[in-house]
Amino acid sequence: MEKTEYMNPYIAGVLLGLLLVATIYITGRGLGASGAIKSYAVTAVETIAPSHTGSTKFYQEYGKKHEGSSPLMNWLVFEVTGVLIGAFLSGLISNRLDFKLEKGPHTTTRIRIAGALIGGILWGIGSQLGRGCTSGAALSGMAVMSTGGIITMFAIFAGAYMFAYFFRKFWI
Amino acid sequence: MGPLVPDVISNNLNFIVALVIGVLFGAILEQAGFSTSKKLVGLFYGYDFTVLRVFFTAGIVAMIGVMGLEHYGLIDINLVYVNPTFLWSAIVGGIIMGLGFVVGGFCPGTSVCAAAIGKIDAMIFIGGALIGVVIFAEGYPVFEPLYKAANLGSPRFFETLGMSQNIFAFIIVVFGLFAFWFASIVENRVNKVAKSPIRLTPYYVGIASIGILMAASAFIFPERKASLIKSEEDANFVQSYKLETMTPDEFAYRLMDEQDDKFQIIDFRPDKEYAKMSLPKSTLFTLDNMFEKEPNKILTLKHKINVFVADDELTERKMAIIATELGDKRIKILQGGLNAFKEQILNFKPIENPKTLDEEYANRFRTKAKEIIPVLIKNNKSAGPVKKVQKRVVGGC
Repeated sequence: MEKTEYMNPYIAGVLLGLLLVATIYITGRGLGASGAIKSYAVTAVETIAPSHTGSTKFYQEYGKKHEGSSPLMNWLVFEVTGVLIGAFLSGLISNRLDFKLEKGPHTTTRIRIAGALIGGILWGIGSQLGRGCTSGAALSGMAVMSTGGIITMFAIFAGAYMFAYFFRKFWI
Repeated sequence: MGPLVPDVISNNLNFIVALVIGVLFGAILEQAGFSTSKKLVGLFYGYDFTVLRVFFTAGIVAMIGVMGLEHYGLIDINLVYVNPTFLWSAIVGGIIMGLGFVVGGFCPGTSVCAAAIGKIDAMIFIGGALIGVVIFAEGYPVFEPLYKAANLGSPRFFETLGMSQNIFAFIIVVFGLFAFWFASIVENRVNKVAKSPIRLTPYYVGIASIGILMAASAFIFPERKASLIKSEEDANFVQSYKLETMTPDEFAYRLMDEQDDKFQIIDFRPDKEYAKMSLPKSTLFTLDNMFEKEPNKILTLKHKINVFVADDELTERKMAIIATELGDKRIKILQGGLNAFKEQILNFKPIENPKTLDEEYANRFRTKAKEIIPVLIKNNKSAGPVKKVQKRVVGGC
């Protein structure tokens, strides 16, 4: 079957914007993603090495902020679970479900795997420093006009354009 | 008044809300094409600006939407999470994320979307992000000085720049429209197609007209707070507004009656004067408090009679009118203000040779009140200013 086309980007943007307004009105907070990844990372380390998390400052500070509950009882963990379901359903409807490794036309699978892994690591570190990623800091920050969020947004785009040239072989 | 969490929607139900919002979020991102890295990075090589269009449209719509909620008094912005600003950490973190974007081809949210429809590279990316967080956690002592440097609190950008919110929003919208136009030109050139960058399709015309209508509505219906305060400049309106009053005698009586728990005093004097003398059963309040969600709760307590006091009756009137207009019930004002109360009760000089029974009673009651109330004031451990519990939601990533 033919794959369906993507939605008009401006329509998608308006829908996303309205969803964000509704989210802020209902919950008083914006959307996010990297926070959930952080919750999973902390849970994993806690399960593997409980004594280690007790003695390391980062986990102690994290534990203080989220006292009395598992790191997985977290708004963003539920939200990101929803993202998985929503994206899956959308892919199902539009016939885009497919196991495949996507890469640029002039690159090898090995390089793409390394790139994805290193890119992920950089995001893991960067989103901690930036206190959020494209959704939590940049988009939600823009919605409430947070200074920090907007600075992070411009830094993400500036960083990407700054380095884009060096990694062009990955994509074009 | 929003946010609905935690008063209307409990914290547990909020998790279900999170799931539903997530489903919509994921579906919109996937439908927009954010589930493929090739489309995502297109923006940085000029061949596909979908991300820029979706992102900026969403940001502008959300920003204006939140402004609208604020404008019509539907949300207490003090309770909304505003991402904190740590200048250097935000810049360095952002640049690292930008590098991660061109190397990895995703950002966290989009990688989850892509993984959901089976993209293996996205799954590897998520694995990398998990490792990245652990690296940050383990290297925290190294990152910490940068992470916590230049803490500017949680300002909003227009405050940082010292301009009005509306002008800032306008600049962002113009910037966005310019970016859309410019992106189309670059995209057409890179992909070697000849299309006019601005096309008047029903989509764009529709979206633009909704935006213009919203902006126009903001001018037609002025901000609630500003318009209420403005209406009070009209002395006639203030004087003729129908309000229930309470005489100083009744006020004194209810003040002394320990059984009377329906009676509460809302004190609008400056806090310095309140610190000098505060009445029992009173709470210090300000004009702004009436527009805030948390403090305002005290005015909506069932079965309570709220007596607004200030030094003069005019101030009481003005405050009571605003409260009534905002929908608060059982609001009364003290006749003649606290000045009259002081004169008639606290500094009461008995009427010499009372002729009528009324004067006799007044003498008796006020003399008694004059003795008791100062003691009550002295012993009063007042509630102080209305508690502003900042139940600000913990947000961010």
